[in-house]
This record gives sequence, structure tokens and C-alpha cells, in this order.
Amino acid sequence: MSVQTPPFPASRALTTQPLPLRRDRQLGAKSLFGLAGLVSLVTLLPLGFIIWITIQTGWETASSLIFRPRVAELLLNTALLEALTLPACIVLAVALAWLTERSDLPGARLWSWLAVAPLAIPAFVHSYAWIGVAPGMHGLFAAMLVSVLAYLPFLYLPVSAQLRRLDPALEDAAASLGLAPWRVFLRVVLPQLRIAICGGSLLIGLHLLAEYGLYAMIRFDTFTTAIVDQFQSSYNGPAANMLAGVLVLSCLGLLALEIVLRGEARYARLGSGAPRPVSLRKLRRATLPALLLPLALAALGLGIPSYALARWLAAGQGAVWQAPELASAFGETLIYAVGGAVVTTLAAVPMAWLSVRAPGRLQRALEGSHYYVGALPGVVVALALVTVTVRIAPLYQSVATVLIAYALMFLPRALVGLRSGIAQVPVELERAAVSLGRRPLLAILSVTLRLAAPGVAACMALVAMGITTELTATLMLAPNGTTTLATQFWSLTSELDYAAAAPYAALMIVLSLPLTALLHAQSRRASGQ
Amino acid sequence: MSLLDISGLSKRYGQQTALDNVDLAVPSRSRTAIVGPSGSGKTTLLRIIAGFETPDSGRVALDGQVLADGPLIAPAHRRGIGYVPQDGALFPHLSVAENIGFGIEAGDAGRGARIAELMDMIELDRSMLTRRPHELSGGQQQRVALARALARRPALMLLDEPFSALDAGLREAVRKSVARVLQQAGITTILVTHDQAEALSFADQVAVLRQGRLAQAGTPHALYWRPRDRDTALFLGDAAVLEAEFRDGFVSCALGRIPTEADARPGTVTIMLRPEQIRLSPAGIGQGEAAACHGEVDEIEFGGSLCAITVVVEANGARQRILVHASSLELPAPGTRVRLDVVGKAHILER
Ligand SMILES: Nc1ncnc2c1ncn2[C@@H]1O[C@H](COP(=O)(O)OP(=O)(O)OP(=O)(O)O)[C@@H](O)[C@H]1O
Ligand SMILES: [Mg+2]
Repeated sequence: MSVQTPPFPASRALTTQPLPLRRDRQLGAKSLFGLAGLVSLVTLLPLGFIIWITIQTGWETASSLIFRPRVAELLLNTALLEALTLPACIVLAVALAWLTERSDLPGARLWSWLAVAPLAIPAFVHSYAWIGVAPGMHGLFAAMLVSVLAYLPFLYLPVSAQLRRLDPALEDAAASLGLAPWRVFLRVVLPQLRIAICGGSLLIGLHLLAEYGLYAMIRFDTFTTAIVDQFQSSYNGPAANMLAGVLVLSCLGLLALEIVLRGEARYARLGSGAPRPVSLRKLRRATLPALLLPLALAALGLGIPSYALARWLAAGQGAVWQAPELASAFGETLIYAVGGAVVTTLAAVPMAWLSVRAPGRLQRALEGSHYYVGALPGVVVALALVTVTVRIAPLYQSVATVLIAYALMFLPRALVGLRSGIAQVPVELERAAVSLGRRPLLAILSVTLRLAAPGVAACMALVAMGITTELTATLMLAPNGTTTLATQFWSLTSELDYAAAAPYAALMIVLSLPLTALLHAQSRRASGQ
Repeated sequence: MSLLDISGLSKRYGQQTALDNVDLAVPSRSRTAIVGPSGSGKTTLLRIIAGFETPDSGRVALDGQVLADGPLIAPAHRRGIGYVPQDGALFPHLSVAENIGFGIEAGDAGRGARIAELMDMIELDRSMLTRRPHELSGGQQQRVALARALARRPALMLLDEPFSALDAGLREAVRKSVARVLQQAGITTILVTHDQAEALSFADQVAVLRQGRLAQAGTPHALYWRPRDRDTALFLGDAAVLEAEFRDGFVSCALGRIPTEADARPGTVTIMLRPEQIRLSPAGIGQGEAAACHGEVDEIEFGGSLCAITVVVEANGARQRILVHASSLELPAPGTRVRLDVVGKAHILER
């Protein structure tokens, strides 16, 4: 090229000393495996705690604490709650999803938004609202009603996404084989919804086990409420720990049940070509009765909370907004949410990178431990951390402990988002950075994570919003004097000052709205719309 | 003196052998092209040299420094080897200047000057320094990627099919300018390509990989005219491969008696002739017509300046199809009888 440029001298960029030779399986993988292993060790804390405490307690004491009428009663309550809530949720979610996705229901898009919107309302705010309109409400059926309304979106989202993805050609084929429409639905459509139904039901089932505020408010006893009560009265006694053991077993049982029910079957479209858009079934005269379902659900799941909240806000007038506690709780919540999101995301980075760049047996094992911990109730995570921080590391009731609890509970959320972000960055860029002299870990930081930034930001937002409405672990672990929106709301409602609690509920809802919109958009995008 | 020494290099992925006992020496300041069909292990070889992959066995040494000895390897970021992957892999979040300067220490006083100097070398206008990679054409991106790798003053530059994403005309221009830049900088270069024409025109040394094995290495001229076997002969260009009888420095085949380089045992051999070694002329005029070889034009493939003509020759009762190149000015019509004369020597292939 330009002839006047002096020849570029070729010189070794290397130092004169010989380079060390090492057994390096992959660039940077070793140190990241180390970090991910460290995080995995922490994720094993809750399970390790349960096993260790059971051994410590001894079989005699443990069995006397486990096999007693109180535990049987809690077990029955929990089982009944699951047995009543899950089928109701499945039936309602499938019906609602079919109406919004496959029928010519007027305003289907609006109904679909309204079906997801209850997610923005924390579960314990749902029961707060119901207590407000029906003060005498408690017991199993109240618990079931509020649970269905609060958690239905967890099933509606995957089922409607799956319905949108289904190939209508299959249904046409079945119809041409002489099946009546409702038989087509039972024999062709429903089986293909199995994975979505199983996944959504598992999520709801785990929430039913883990939720504290919802059931405490309407005085329905579950394992979680019993553990928190025990904890608050006798601090860290073996009774609470043994209950936690049974709770963890229930969670593992649900996980196993879901694996069995989901089966190995995979429903994918065979054949080529893009699927034809679905033709919507005409409801004709059934339109009005059909509208009753989304209308009723929206009225109960959104209307009641809005009405109750509006009433309490009006009752409190402007004064409740001026309480200095409100501003400080808002500030503290933001600090915890941001801090927790940063810690959680950092903890998830090594695993996310490994699962994209270095898949293998070790990686799968480590990743499994990252996911399982998200299925554990916050109360178990909190109990484990209490024990560890009291006995081993003097961090009890410190901010660090709260952040670790958040990281454990929301690790799967962060991992999913990060992984897809990193997968979009070509590995060649990382290699180019290394060949230009960057250390492998620096190359990952300055190139891969930098380019995955949008994904990183989205997953931090998801975690932050989860933390905003977290109640159980915060109540159990936060330093004395900490007030977040959730804990302040909780202490005000415990004092039956419902009007003063209303602004806290409103703020939590506002902060959760983006999360809800994000989830709705994600499920649309996943099905290519 | 060779700069890069590779000996006994092997690499397997599960059941798949990617490299099988490869030996290669790359002389200092030379340009080596590695060619081979898809899946023959070219990229794997390059990645091992760059340090992105660990060999199962074998050694790689650069200027006396051992970079890989079996599974023991030196860290990639300290090897000082430049690497330009297929699509350039420019960092999309950085400007052209930041891309080029990526490998230069941030505190380096001469950084800006070096970046400008490199821009001149790759003949890009300095006003492009602030652009983002997506605002460049494919060829410009490749040249920036080259400048980025050059900024580190590497002793060895690895290019993995850097021109394959460019269209035919641009590819040649970019290849030439890249070759010139590297020549000026005096940097030893290894180019991976599956385009034999590119390999032959770019390199001082060509190495042919096949199923992970090094089939042959040598100068482009040697490889083109004296390939070891039939596969290599056909991989590097069109050729007529014929059965022949060897005796006293001559081979007798369907095209008559042709001189050859002498040392072979008398008997049946396989020979190779390149299409440009065979001249066509109308039958029935010229001298020595009776002794000459004749055939019938079967097919003509028009190719612009040079056309491929298939001639059917009958010898000893067998019909042989022979490919000949001819200028498009003097194309015979299909079905015409033509006379074939061989220029130069026939090359005997290993069987
Ligand atoms: N990471 C890997 N895992 C498993 N097999 C691999 C991997 N990388 C390469 N291979 C296999 O090793 C063989 C050589 O691959 P390589 O990429 O070196 O071929 P190549 O000559 O560069 O081919 P191409 O011209 O198509 O780029 C192929 O059979 C390929 O399938
Ligand atoms: Mg390749």
C-alpha cells in the first residue's frame, strides 16, 4: 500500500523469558469453574443445613417433632391447598388462554393483558385487599380463592404462549379424520399443552409452599407460616428447623412429580415450512357467556384489589403519603433491590458463561445446583442463613446476609437472562481479544459482558423487581430497624392500620408493573409475535 | 530458517480425528497457505497455533519457544500471534480507532500515531476512524481486522479464510492488498483457505490437508506441477489423469509418447497432464500428422477468456475424456476432429 510507509518491523511481542506451559482445558474456564463451584457451594447451604440439623437433632427428637398432630394438620392443609388450587388454576388458565388465543372473543388482546396484570400485585396485597372488602374471610377456601387469583398468570402465560405456537394443521387433520371439535381439543390440543401446564403448575405449586404473607393475613396455616411463627416466638429452635425439613421434602416431591408427569415427550412441529396462522373459532351466540370468564377474573383479580386500595387510600387522605417512613422505606427498598440485583447477577455470571461456552458434565451438575436453590422457599433459605451466620460467620442481621439470601432465591432468574445474553455474543470476539493480548477473564469482561449488557440489564431488572416485593426472607434476616416497602406494609397491616399500609402497596404495585409488562412481552416474543 | 515448527500434531474430537500427525515448518517471513476440503482440519490447526485449542499430542514451537507440547500449552494472550478470523470479528461496540488500538497499551504515548499509521497501511481514509464496524463494507472490515492484529507487531499472523465472505472481484483486490501489507511489514503469515487458486497465488508455500493429514507441502509451482497423488493433483486444478506405460524416460498413453522426469520403474504408471499442456489444432494439416494423436470435440464450456473443452480420444479400444483449455477466440465446434499435442513433460503420480 502506501510506499512511503517504512516497513513495519516484525518483533516478538513476547517477553524474552520462556512462556510457561500449562494444562489449560479452556481459556479462562478454570477460574470460572472455580467461581461457579464456589457459588454452587453456597447454593448447597440450605439443603446441607437441613441435613446437618436433622443429624444434629438426633432421630429421637426429630421424629417426635415431625410425627405429631400439628405437622399432620399442616401437611393436610398444604396438600388440600395444592389439590384444590392447582386443578382450578389449570382449568381456568386453559379456558382463558383458549378464549384469548383461539377464539374471536372481542378485545382478546386487552383480556390477555388483564389476565397477566395480577402478577404486578404482590400475593400478600391480594389478601390484604380481600380482607378489606370481606373482613371475615379466612380458612381453606379463602386461601384457595386468593391463591388462584394471585397465581393464575403463572399458568396462563405458558399455556397461551404454547397455544399460539401450535400448528393448526394438526387440528385440521384431526377434524378431517372425523373428530368433533371438543374431541379435537381433548385429544390433539390438550396433550400438546402438557409441558406448559406442568411447568406452570410446578411454579404455582412451589409458590403455594413458599408464600407467607398471603396465608398469614387470612389466618390459614401452612408450613411456611408455621415456620415463621415458630421462628418469631422461639427464634431458631429445632421445631422450626424440622418443619423446614418437611417443607423441603415437599418441594423436592413437587419437582419429582413434575418430572414424572411431564414425561419425555417433546411436541414439535414435524415437516417444513412456516406454520400457517391459526384461524379463530367463531363464538357466535356463545360470545356473551364466554366474555363472563375473563370479565369475572379481571373483576376479582384486579377490580377487588384496585377498589380496596382506592378505598384505603381515600380513607387515609393525603396524610398517609406524607409519612416520613414511606420515603425512607422506598429508599431502602431501592437500595436493597439494586444491591441484590448486582450481587445476584455477579454470582450468576460464571455459571452463565460456562453453560454457553464450556458445556459438559461438570457444568450441568453445577448449573443444576444453581437452579434447585430457586425452588426452595425463602423461609428455608433464611433459616439456613440464620444458623450459619449465628454459629459460624458473625454476619447475623447484616446487609450482606440479606443480599446473599436474595442472590440464592433469584439466581435462576438472573441465570436465564444472562445465558441468553451471552449466547448472542460470538465466541470469535472473545478469541480476538485474547489474541490481542487480553487475559482471558478480562476478555470476557471487556468484550462478552459488555456486549451482553442489554441482557444483563434486563435480568438485573427482573431480580430487582422480585426483591421489591420479597417479604419472608427480609423479615427474618434484615438488620433491626430496616424498613422496606414490604416489611413496613407488613407491620402496618399487623397493627390493622390498613389505611396507612395502602401507599406501600400502591408503590410496590407501581414498581412491579414493568416486570409484568416484560413477562408478557417475553411470552409474545417466544412464540414469534 | 523456520519460524514456526509443528511436529507430530494430533487432535481428536471424540471419534472424529481432526488432525493426524501433522508436521509443518513455516520459514521466517514467508507466506504459507493451508488448503484442504471442508472438514479437513484447517481451522483446528490454526486454533492450536493461536492457543485456542489444546492438541492431544505433538509440539508447536515459535522461534524456539515451545507453545504446545501435547496437552501442555502456553497461554494464548501471551503468544504474540495475530489472528484474523473469517468474518473479521471486529468489536461492534467500539469505533474503528478503538478496534485498531485494542491491543496497544492504553498508556502508550505513540498510540494515536500508530493507529493513524496502520490506517495508512491498509489504505483507509482517516476520517473513518470514528465509524463503527457496521458502517464499513465487508472488505473494509477485513482490512481493519488486519490492522488491529498488526498493531501488536506479531511475529506470526494467522488468517482463517479472511476473504471468503467477500464477492469475487473484491476478494482478489483485498487479498492483494493484504499480501502487500504483510510483505512490507515482513510478517510471517499462515492463510487458511479452501480456494486453491487463492492459495497458489498468495503463498510461497502451500500445504494440503486431507482428513486431518498433511498430504503434501511445497512451493505452489512444485505442488501444481508435481503433486504426489491424484487427489492432490485434482484438488489444485483441472488435470488429465491417465494410465501409461513407462520406459526409458518416456510414457506411452492415449496421447502418445510423452517425455517425463526419468526415475520410475518400467511398467504401468499413472500420469498427470494439466489442461494447458495440451494444444489443440484442426486435424489434417500440420506436420507429422500420421504419428499425432487425434480426438473428437465432445463438449465446450464457455468460460470467458479461457474455455474448457472436453475431447474424446480413442486408444486401444478405450474412450478417454480429456480436458483441454483453449482461448475463446479459436473454439472448435462440437463434433470436430482435432489434433492434440502435448507440451512439456508428463508427471508420474504415486499410486
Ligand atoms: N469443537 C469441535 N467439536 C467437535 N468436532 C469438531 C470441533 N471442531 C472441529 N471439529 C471437527 O473436526 C474436523 C475438522 O474441523 P475444522 O473446523 O478444522 O475443518 P476445516 O478444515 O476448517 O473445515 P472448513 O473448510 O469447513 O472450515 C471436522 O470434522 C469437524 O467436524
Ligand atoms: Mg474452517
